[in-house]
Amino acid sequence: MIVLAIDTSNQPMTIAVMKEEQLLAEYTTDIKKNHSVQLMPAINQLLADCKMTPQDLDLIAVGHGPGSFTGVRIGLTTAKTLAWSLSIPIVAVSSLEVLSYNGVFFNGLVCPFFDARRGQVYTGLYQAEGYEKMVPVKDEVNVLMSDWLEVLRGTEESVLFISSQASIHKEKIQEVLGEKAVFSSLPVHLPSAGMLASIALTKEPTSLHELTPNYLRLAEAEAKWLESQKGHQQSE
Amino acid sequence: MGEIIMDQYILGIETSCDETAVAIVRNGTELIANVVASQIESHKRFGGVVPEIASRHHVEQVTLVLEEALEEADMKMEEIDAIAVTEGPGLVGALLVGVNAAKALAFAYQKPLVGVQHIAGHIYANRLMKEFEFPLLSLVVSGGHTELILMKEHGSFEVIGETRDDAAGEAYDKVARTLKLPYPGGPHIDRLAHEGEVTIDFPRAWLENDSFDFSFSGLKSSVINTLHNAKQKGIELKQEDIAASFQESVVDVLSTKAYKAAKQYGVKQVIVAGGVAANKGLRARLEEKFGSDEELELLIPPLHLCTDNAAMIAAAGTVAFNQGHRAGWDLNGNPSLSLERYAKRSVTK
Ligand SMILES: [Zn+2]
Repeated sequence: MIVLAIDTSNQPMTIAVMKEEQLLAEYTTDIKKNHSVQLMPAINQLLADCKMTPQDLDLIAVGHGPGSFTGVRIGLTTAKTLAWSLSIPIVAVSSLEVLSYNGVFFNGLVCPFFDARRGQVYTGLYQAEGYEKMVPVKDEVNVLMSDWLEVLRGTEESVLFISSQASIHKEKIQEVLGEKAVFSSLPVHLPSAGMLASIALTKEPTSLHELTPNYLRLAEAEAKWLESQKGHQQSE
Repeated sequence: MGEIIMDQYILGIETSCDETAVAIVRNGTELIANVVASQIESHKRFGGVVPEIASRHHVEQVTLVLEEALEEADMKMEEIDAIAVTEGPGLVGALLVGVNAAKALAFAYQKPLVGVQHIAGHIYANRLMKEFEFPLLSLVVSGGHTELILMKEHGSFEVIGETRDDAAGEAYDKVARTLKLPYPGGPHIDRLAHEGEVTIDFPRAWLENDSFDFSFSGLKSSVINTLHNAKQKGIELKQEDIAASFQESVVDVLSTKAYKAAKQYGVKQVIVAGGVAANKGLRARLEEKFGSDEELELLIPPLHLCTDNAAMIAAAGTVAFNQGHRAGWDLNGNPSLSLERYAKRSVTK
């Protein structure tokens, strides 16, 4: 079983090839660059390094968001089309869940998040089970960090925050959670496609044509439209 | 023994705006499959195309449309010679879905990949009806474009006239909005125009004597002002007459300039391309204007090839492919790719 894993949902891009649960190669960048330009050359190089052709692949794993709408679509479009072209299954994993695995050895709660601008974040809450599996404690949400911290306030356990944009929210987090908040100084805030590949092996494949991005947020125009419909109904 | 000439099959992908489209074309001239998933119903509630919504639909549709096109052609990917995809211009988020799908598809099958400029595609839609004869002139009219393009040979595009402000389709949309017609407004104006009469002499921007450029913003403003003034004076203007008068002005300028350019450059064919080529008023006027001239052949594609589709991308892609153009795995969406820059790109075999 050879897995190609892809996640381009946020600024980091990570891809990996895993064979029989052995991580053969992983390439991760965290530079401001266009994923559309970067991704396919990187996949081409990674497979070449592994002396593999696309036909050797048995499974595609993809981090399908949340994150930058465009970034999510680049990864998902590439993954879906590869899986369809090669007639192999695809497994989609939340990009937050992928990131949460970087805290699999942490005793306590793990809170991965991506900054979503204007004080908002995409986030969720996880807890390790037997140091090998992350179990969701709360559903993923797109929420104001201040509101999310109210949810976490008063927690008995320590919370490990994993995010490459942690600095934006660090002060606020410490204000509410005090010493319960833990931040890593090591680069565990980058998602790992190797991790994604191994998570994918524990999950059921997704129906390919029905697989859509995990945006966690409506398009602005749609949100406004729904709001206007609500107002419309009330006034009637 | 003679040389065996193999048929060439190019698969095209187009996602530059609000249609997710995949098509297969044989030898650059024969349509084998043409699948278009239109999002128009979804965008209607917003009164126009919302880029983010368009991009979302493309991701949901792209593999389905691919599958449908191959089924329609009764072909396997192995039989395809190359993949052509719209590289630009268009909505960047929308373009990226097609570009990345095309790259993944080409990568999986290790097939050559070719980037295509969208307007070149619109022009090449005509080659699916009739072989080109050079030199030819193309009048490209769509929501984003109003251009006169001279082609001396395959793959060569010279813009001899373009709009200095609004595209013709844009003027249609804005006038339609003023008349409170539903989106998309162009076809509604065309329909109303046929029921009305030309009662108002709206301005025509001819610009300098030797210019083949266009300008529609003055006309658009004039229509809006006329409606506004009539309303203030309590005069009831017939919507049909406004539509007919507006359309008359647009069609007059387009057909007159196209004819003049055709004669000046001594072209053999005049090709009408782009979404506004579906306009019945424009078609009728062009046929009237060019019909009596035996030196000129007027080509207007059928409706399904005027609006955005991938057959035109496959047709233009065939020529680019045979001229040696290849895109790398780093192909990107290029929202402002001009036809002239596209024509001047280098050959990278
Ligand atoms: Zn178009």
